[in-house]
Amino acid sequence: MENSAMFLEARGLSRVYRRGSEDIHALHEVSFSIQRGEFVSFMGPSGSGKTTLVNLLGCLDNPTSGELDLAGRKIFGNGNVLSERDLTRIRREIFGYVFQNFYLIPTLTVLENVALPFAFYRKPGARLEEVRRLLAMLGMERRMDHLPAQISGGEMQRVAIARALVNRPEILLADEPTGNLDTTRSAEIGEILQHLNRNEGLTIIMVSHNPNLARLGGRLIEMRDGKVFK
Amino acid sequence: MITRYQIAYKNLLRKKARTLLTIIGITLSSWVLVSLLGFNQGYERALNRDIENMGYQIMVMAKGCPYEAATMMLQGGTGLRYIEKSMVGSILKEPEIDQATPILMQAFFDPNKGENGGIAGYFGVDPATYPSMKPFFRFRQGEWFHDDSADEAVMGFEAAELEQREVGDMIFVPEKNVKLKVVGILERTGTQDDGTIFVPLKTLQKVSGIDMITTIGIKVKKDADIVELENKLYKLPDVQVVSLSQVKQTIMKLISTARIMVLSVAIIAILIAMVGVINTILMSVLERIQEIGILKTMGAMPGDIFSLVWTETLILCACGGVAGIGFAIGFASATDFLVRIILPYAPAGGLVVIDVSLAMLTMGIILLVGLMSGLYPAWKAGRVRPLESIRR
Ligand SMILES: Nc1ncnc2c1ncn2[C@@H]1O[C@H](COP(=O)(O)OP(=O)(O)OP(=O)(O)O)[C@@H](O)[C@H]1O
Ligand SMILES: [Mg+2]
Repeated sequence: MENSAMFLEARGLSRVYRRGSEDIHALHEVSFSIQRGEFVSFMGPSGSGKTTLVNLLGCLDNPTSGELDLAGRKIFGNGNVLSERDLTRIRREIFGYVFQNFYLIPTLTVLENVALPFAFYRKPGARLEEVRRLLAMLGMERRMDHLPAQISGGEMQRVAIARALVNRPEILLADEPTGNLDTTRSAEIGEILQHLNRNEGLTIIMVSHNPNLARLGGRLIEMRDGKVFK
Repeated sequence: MITRYQIAYKNLLRKKARTLLTIIGITLSSWVLVSLLGFNQGYERALNRDIENMGYQIMVMAKGCPYEAATMMLQGGTGLRYIEKSMVGSILKEPEIDQATPILMQAFFDPNKGENGGIAGYFGVDPATYPSMKPFFRFRQGEWFHDDSADEAVMGFEAAELEQREVGDMIFVPEKNVKLKVVGILERTGTQDDGTIFVPLKTLQKVSGIDMITTIGIKVKKDADIVELENKLYKLPDVQVVSLSQVKQTIMKLISTARIMVLSVAIIAILIAMVGVINTILMSVLERIQEIGILKTMGAMPGDIFSLVWTETLILCACGGVAGIGFAIGFASATDFLVRIILPYAPAGGLVVIDVSLAMLTMGIILLVGLMSGLYPAWKAGRVRPLESIRR
């Protein structure tokens, strides 16, 4: 059995963006580890590399150098670059994603949007009833047949959260999930995330500018100039 | 709860006007395509039917221009050079011949026909041999002549309709001051015979004062060697031999230009529709880069996105194709009318024939062209990376 302390382990992760002839070191040899069931928040000034880091952890991007282990598997390391296909396979087993922009499909109803992942992939054990259960848990059972244009921003983000969870991910990755919401709605989303973490044992990795939200998690990691500070 | 097909068609409903315009483009091109293909097979069939209904496969007539002869045969025009009737007897000696019948074609100017007068065409036929060459003739009223020199006439359907004739009426042969009694009126045959007035050969010879004939119609025995017979007939002096297969080839050559023109139009229409499809699908992919990226974070593989976009193309093409074929069938007679205007010679009967196999062929072509058009947009969509969508 793998040690649960090693659920996610980053060692010397770096990411350099090349813009023309200029190299931008967005991330400098970042190392840390996350345990199963943790709620980790990343905070830091704009441009400090939070999104860059979270994209690497979420297997949305390849690092320039460094290693990443996930659930006992070596994902990045030894300089091998994973193809989009390989990344997709890892992502759909482990992650659910929530972004600042909700990216709901405007032509589909709330219910259809949440069920959307099943049109492409259904993890063994993921059940159709999960769609309704999640929507009910997030207080959206009365809005299932509405189109995204007919619900509020806070409700849209709940739909996006439900959509991220239908395939029962191990880790929920949220990059500024309340960036487009007011204080009250932000607090509601924060409560939902906390509930998911405490009651459903979901591991959450979140980026937020909002200190109240960031403090909800058990653990806060500060970032500056592409480096992490505990 | 939601299938890829639903995602695809709901996406097409997003920009209704654009989707509709694209479908209209496909509709028009499949309409043109299926009509053209229907014309290609229908024209030849109609021509074959016309030729079959002649009742004979070879004609012998006095030497003249072969094109004139060809049109004369099918349109009942007048060549007006004569051959001896006795030739029928000598021709009948050839073993390949089943039957031969002498025909005298005559045209008289009728000052009372139409506004400025017109030509009335008469066919002098032999009551003993001609009717058996046209076993498909059906009488609407009356019957054939009572003897081989009676002052009687049998009218084609249109000839009778034009002059409002009934059996028992007397018709007046212009120029000649002769009256003939109508004893029979034919049903419509859909051929040139409909406009003809048939008279016993001897009667027409008497009326016109011409003791000869213009044409011999020859029916060849089943399985006989037509080419062999033609070669023998060519050796006869001062006559020309026109075989209907030659006539058919001549006519097909005459209309080949028209066919190529219509074919070019169809190809252009398909190319335009193809550009329309590529444009529509590509636009809708570019507009949805973020959504496609988010689908990929949900676990969609490049192939999944490819098939999603391809499904959209397929829906567009299927709708347009079905509509186009429907219009083509619904408006086949209008197409017929247009085609008749541009063609040098059009046989009677339906020229545009669209059957099930043709509709399926067209549908196949449209779907194939559509899928080809969708290839690039679908491939491009499949390559969208999720990061592109979430970068603000
Ligand atoms: N695709 C890219 N190409 C070039 N440079 C990039 C790219 N993405 C990010 N950067 C640069 O990398 C640095 C880190 O960006 P990143 O988006 O990770 O910051 P962030 O902490 O998420 O900021 P914010 O709080 O504004 O979201 C910035 O200087 C940014 O300009
Ligand atoms: Mg960011």
